[in-house]
Amino acid sequence: MIVDPISLMVALIVVSTPLLLAAIGELVVEKSGVLNLGVEGMMIIGAVTGYIAAVETGSVTLAFVAGMIGGLLLSSIFAVLTQLLLSNQVATGLALTLFGLGLSALLGVGYGGTPMPPVRDIFPQVMQDIPVIGPILFGHSAMIYLAVLLVAAVWYVLTHTRAGLVLRAVGESHEAAHALGYKVIRIRMLAILFGGACAGLSGAFLSVARVQNWIDGMTAGAGWIALALVVFASWKPWRLLIGAYLFGGIAALQLRLQAAEIGVPVALLDASPYLITILVLAVISSDKSRLAMNAPAALGKVFHASS
Amino acid sequence: MKHLKTLLAVGAVAAAAALPATAQEEPFTVGFIHVGSTGDMGWSFTHDQGRIAMDEHFGDAVETVMAESVAEGADAERVMTQMILGGADMIVATSFGFGPAVNAVAEQFPDVYFEHATGFMRDHPNVSTYNARFYEGRAVTGHIAGHMTESNIVGYIGSYPIPTVIRGMNSAFLHAREVNPDVEFRMIFVGTWFDPALEADAAQALIDQGADVILQHTDSTAPHAVSQEAGTFAFGQASDMAQFKPAPRITSVIDNWGPFYIDRVQAAMDGTWEQQDAWEGFAEERIILGEITGPVPDEVRASALALRDSIASGEYHPFTGPINMQDGTPWLAEGETPEDGPLAGMNFFVEGITAELQN
Repeated sequence: MIVDPISLMVALIVVSTPLLLAAIGELVVEKSGVLNLGVEGMMIIGAVTGYIAAVETGSVTLAFVAGMIGGLLLSSIFAVLTQLLLSNQVATGLALTLFGLGLSALLGVGYGGTPMPPVRDIFPQVMQDIPVIGPILFGHSAMIYLAVLLVAAVWYVLTHTRAGLVLRAVGESHEAAHALGYKVIRIRMLAILFGGACAGLSGAFLSVARVQNWIDGMTAGAGWIALALVVFASWKPWRLLIGAYLFGGIAALQLRLQAAEIGVPVALLDASPYLITILVLAVISSDKSRLAMNAPAALGKVFHASS
Repeated sequence: MKHLKTLLAVGAVAAAAALPATAQEEPFTVGFIHVGSTGDMGWSFTHDQGRIAMDEHFGDAVETVMAESVAEGADAERVMTQMILGGADMIVATSFGFGPAVNAVAEQFPDVYFEHATGFMRDHPNVSTYNARFYEGRAVTGHIAGHMTESNIVGYIGSYPIPTVIRGMNSAFLHAREVNPDVEFRMIFVGTWFDPALEADAAQALIDQGADVILQHTDSTAPHAVSQEAGTFAFGQASDMAQFKPAPRITSVIDNWGPFYIDRVQAAMDGTWEQQDAWEGFAEERIILGEITGPVPDEVRASALALRDSIASGEYHPFTGPINMQDGTPWLAEGETPEDGPLAGMNFFVEGITAELQN
């Protein structure tokens, strides 16, 4: 037995959860036609506000709520700048990331290294002890299930509800949606706030559940991976789940292969999750017509009612 | 407050440079640059603790400025130059990768003193390098790990396969084997000094592979959080990581730069500063063994402290022969200890380690 498949499954689910949370939020934002490159910044703000709330209140639930609010507040800056003041989305998103990293370092001064309340698993030990499926399906904290439920909910809303149809219409052609009487700006702002809350939750998951500490710059680029996953999934929620599990799975597997001493160069193993992401992205984008069909047509375009 | 001062000092260089130089009455100014964040609770954090200790020791006589998260390369040159133009008399650069930039700036400013951590380039007489013998600390943590493991598998999270890390792994392994002939090490190199999520994943991977004691040569506390959940043991790296006392953190090797900075600044102020290549360990208290806590049995505690004391007194060297290289080639004969030169460049595993070095 080189690598235990059960513990690998457990690990890949945990590893991919923060990516999944941040990416599903960004997917909704991009479906509405807005490109927010500030995911990393919103994540780290969520991480610090979540951690501060956990330390101050001792409640894990409040910590996650605080993380969502932190991410949401930061994204509201992006929403105002890009939707009301019509600033460039790429530049504003990048600035949001830089701002988030700096602000989180400031907010977190003095908080690192404070003991944390534990995050509990939701299913009883009896269920976790069931062989094979017990640890994989029942051995997690609530946030892990919530992330998967969120993907399902986003899929349902986007494809089976009127609200989802309107959101997609805004993302495909804001002029047409505007002509039909939909409030393009309002819908996009709500989508941006949703994306901010998801990214914030993802950051809080990282600081409160995974690492259980606040450390400057702790997201270490996860927000950028989440952005790549949205393209990887060609803006489809279920593919996002597959993409996140694939990335998380390879990340978890390569560490186990190293520990199992299989004799593959370490540098190659360390790079493998990124290499495979690039490879799959290249394969997906090789068919230009299909990619163009999936990408929201108005992605990144500025809308003003006069135009 | 210090951070604000830093920003002012580094940011408003033009204003500072425009002021007339009154070196005699001005405090001696020391500029620190770090590659990471001083909030990392590890490497940069302990250097900043050293800066604060030095600042407090000298009071008004010394002023410090600090810049963190400085990229290695041209940006480091710019930051150091700005600090010097702003009045810095000494520059302390705390990352290996600052080497070329330190030497380039040192050539332009021969009157400014440079201290470069973990470096080896001393191209100009005003550049000194300094390092700590972390492998001495790792001998003690390896000793404790060898005693504490029940599965006889010890996990080790490394950053990169470079001499500092490899030397630590060898030292820890030799001393774990010494007390437990059945112990095996599982290594993971994560390819970064600092990525809490990845470090947590690596710890989990090692635990899934059967490890019940985790050693780390990366800078965050994430492996401790995982150990806490899994009921395994861990050791504080660079800083005490006291948050995880009494277990899973059962002891730590703490970097103690404060006294070193005080000595060097004092020497510079007295005019007795000379170029050197400092490599200090337990004896000089450049590294300190943290409190041994948790379920470590008393006799292990005692033998660990005895090991530390014998290293500190110079009676025992953590690499004392006979030691073979991994492939069985003899490295040190019975009773032989290595010179500092080869030790500093150590790029092989010792016999008994099953992982292969691929790079």
